[in-house]
Parts: sequence; structure tokens; C-alpha cells
Amino acid sequence: MNVIVIAISAALINNVILSQFLGICPFLGVSKKLSTAAGMGGAVIFVMTIASAVTSCIYYYVLVPLDLEYLNTIVFILVIAALVQFVEMFLKKSVPSLYQALGVYLPLITTNCAVLGIAIKNVQEEMNILESIVNGMFSAVGFALAIIIMAGIREKIEKNDIPESFKGAPIVLIVAGLMSIAFMGLQGLIK
Amino acid sequence: MGKIGERLKNGIVTENPTFVQMLGMCPTLAVTTSAINGVGMGLTTMVILTLSNFMISLLRKLIPDKVRIPAYIVIIASFVTVVQFALQAYLPELNKSLGLYIPLIVVNCIILGRAEAYASKNKPLPSVLDGIGMGLGFTIGLTVMGVIREVIGAGSIFGYSFADGINRAIDQNAGGKVAAFLKSQGIFEPIGIFVFAPGAFLVLAFVVAFINHRNIKKAAKTGEKAKLCTLADCANCDHVCADAKLDGKEA
Repeated sequence: MNVIVIAISAALINNVILSQFLGICPFLGVSKKLSTAAGMGGAVIFVMTIASAVTSCIYYYVLVPLDLEYLNTIVFILVIAALVQFVEMFLKKSVPSLYQALGVYLPLITTNCAVLGIAIKNVQEEMNILESIVNGMFSAVGFALAIIIMAGIREKIEKNDIPESFKGAPIVLIVAGLMSIAFMGLQGLIK
Repeated sequence: MGKIGERLKNGIVTENPTFVQMLGMCPTLAVTTSAINGVGMGLTTMVILTLSNFMISLLRKLIPDKVRIPAYIVIIASFVTVVQFALQAYLPELNKSLGLYIPLIVVNCIILGRAEAYASKNKPLPSVLDGIGMGLGFTIGLTVMGVIREVIGAGSIFGYSFADGINRAIDQNAGGKVAAFLKSQGIFEPIGIFVFAPGAFLVLAFVVAFINHRNIKKAAKTGEKAKLCTLADCANCDHVCADAKLDGKEA
């Protein structure tokens, strides 16, 4: 039951982008086309689930026994960077079809603050390993949801007549603001 | 002296990280719920940026080119951890309100971007100045955002509430139709949504649109093409080249 609550809350209520502002860069930068956005979303779901599992295992089986909890920022960022490289190499060798779909997005993810943010949040909120994996996975689902909706809206916006000074970043930010208001409406979902 | 001024001006005006380069958007949107949080985050980032620029500049000849990014990240992450401890000890309240976003300074594109673009190619002293300039530019950006959101959203500025004062002043001193209308509307009612998540996006949108508007006007006068604020590319953080790769692939 608890796991379901974490999943819903991570994907919809505390959406990584629209209410926690993690991963804004790819959200604004890679949301021009629906297909690109979907690829990015898929890659983030893949990496964030694995990263949550690995960082949470490292935290509880390595850092806690050695009393090194305070090193979590350094260790997590290195683990995530190495992990992304490793996942890329692994996919290239053994699952070429998946690599074709997600490959170009993987290097982008190292600097995606959502991955590090969720990894740190998992240990800050003292989630156990299963809860961390669920939280990571569904936060990423929330990310994918937001970036795909955004790309859909942006494809339409391209054809509209926007005031010169609102072209580019400002109109996208306004759309994000309105989406964020819509997502605030989901807050009553869990009592 | 000229060098110092040039570096500071570059960071604060010419290449302002928030409004010109649009870097470090996550903290810009997330922690600017009040002016004081904006200043706190800006200064924290400035300290880390200055220290990491200094260290990276000192080590620039020792770090092999191939592993430079991981090396920079380790240096930056160490300073972030140190500063996080300092905040926990001396400014626990600020530490609590910035929360998760302090460790996330590690992935702030501004810091890695300056390391790559400036500190790795220049001597320690100019690198420190570059860090201070960029840090101040970032602080100003965050403070502007924080002030706007706090004034509209909470009716206060740096924690001093002025909404009640205005209401009382109008209530006591003003007469006539305007005052009567204002009273019927609740005079000054803060719009709460501006301190919540949607307000961050909306305020940033209008600030950027304002800057674009000024650039367009300036360009119209000189007859040059206007330099519009582009979307956050997270320059220098792989995004630019990766974006180019994506575009190339689709084309």
C-alpha cells in the first residue's frame, strides 16, 4: 500500500519538473519534438530506476556501515556518471535495438539534476531500497509525462502568432507555469 | 584594476548566467520563493564557484585532458560538501529552507561550465575574479526573481510585510471613489500562487520577455539583428553538442 502511495505521489503530486524543479534543462531543451521528448523520457525512466537502486544499495551497504553518510553527494554523482557510461556500453553491445532508441539521450542524463536529486532525496527521506526504486521509477514516469505533454503543446505553439519578445524561452515557461497549475489540482489525490 | 572590473562586469552584465545564458535554471526556479532564499542560494553558489575555479585553475596543468570532467566534478562535489557542513553549523535555517538544492549545486551548469570555459585555461587570480563575477551575476538574478515573487505572492520584502501597512494607510487616509473601489476589492491581496511552483515559471517568463523586449528595441535602433534569449541549452554541459547531434540526426 505504502509503495502505491509513493508511486502516485512521485509521478503526479510531487512531479519532479512541475513542482520540484528538477531536470528543467532537458525539459526546456529537448521538448521541441514529440518523438525526441518521448525518447528522452524513456531514457530517463531507464536510468533513474537503475540509479535509484544502485545508489540506495551503495548507501545502505557501503556508506552506512563505514560511517561515511556525509560523502553521499560525491559518491552518488560519480556513481551516476559511471553508471550512465556503463549502461551505454552495455546497451550498445547486447541490446542494440534499445540503444538505437535511447543511445543519443544517455550522455545528456549525467548532468540531469533530477537523477542526483532523486537519489539524494531517497536517502534523505530514509526510504528503504524497494521504496527508493519505486520512487525513482515513478518520478521518472512523472518526468516523461511532463516532457511529452510539453512537446505536444510546443508543436502546436510553433504555428501560432506569438509576440516577438515572448518567442522562445518565455512562452515555453508560461506553458510550464500553466501545466504546473494543472498539476497542483492533483494534490488532493492522496489524503 | 581594469582586469578586475572587466571580469566582474562580464559576469554581472555581459554574460549574466541567469538572464543572458539561462544556466542553472533548477535553483533559479526552485529556491526563489523569497528574496532572502534567493540571496542565500546565490551567495552559496558564488562561494563554491570561486573556490572550485581557484582549485581547478591551480590544477589545470596536472589534470589530464581525458579525465578532466570527472576530476572537476570531484573537486566541485568536495567543496559543496564542505559548504553544506558550514551552512548546517552556522546558518541552519538557510540550510533547512534550501534543503535538497544545496547538494544539487554539484550539477549546476554554471560551475562546471566556468571550470571548462575559463578556469581550465586561465591563471588562478583571474579565475577567482571570474568566479566572483559570475557568482554575483547569479546572485542578482536569483534576488530579482525572489523579490518579485515575494512582493506579489506574500506581500512582503526580505521578510518585512508591507501589505497590511498599505491597506491601513489607504484605509485611514484616502477617500473618494478610488479608495472605495480599492476597499471593495480587498485593497492589497497577495496572490499566493506566486510563491508556489507555477509562479516561478510565470515570473521567469515575464522577466525574460522583458529582457528580450529591451534587446529588440536596442537592435531596432542600431539596425542590427536582435539577440534573443535562447532556450536553456545548458551550455558547456554536453547539452549543446548533444542537441546539435539530435538535430543532425533528425534532419
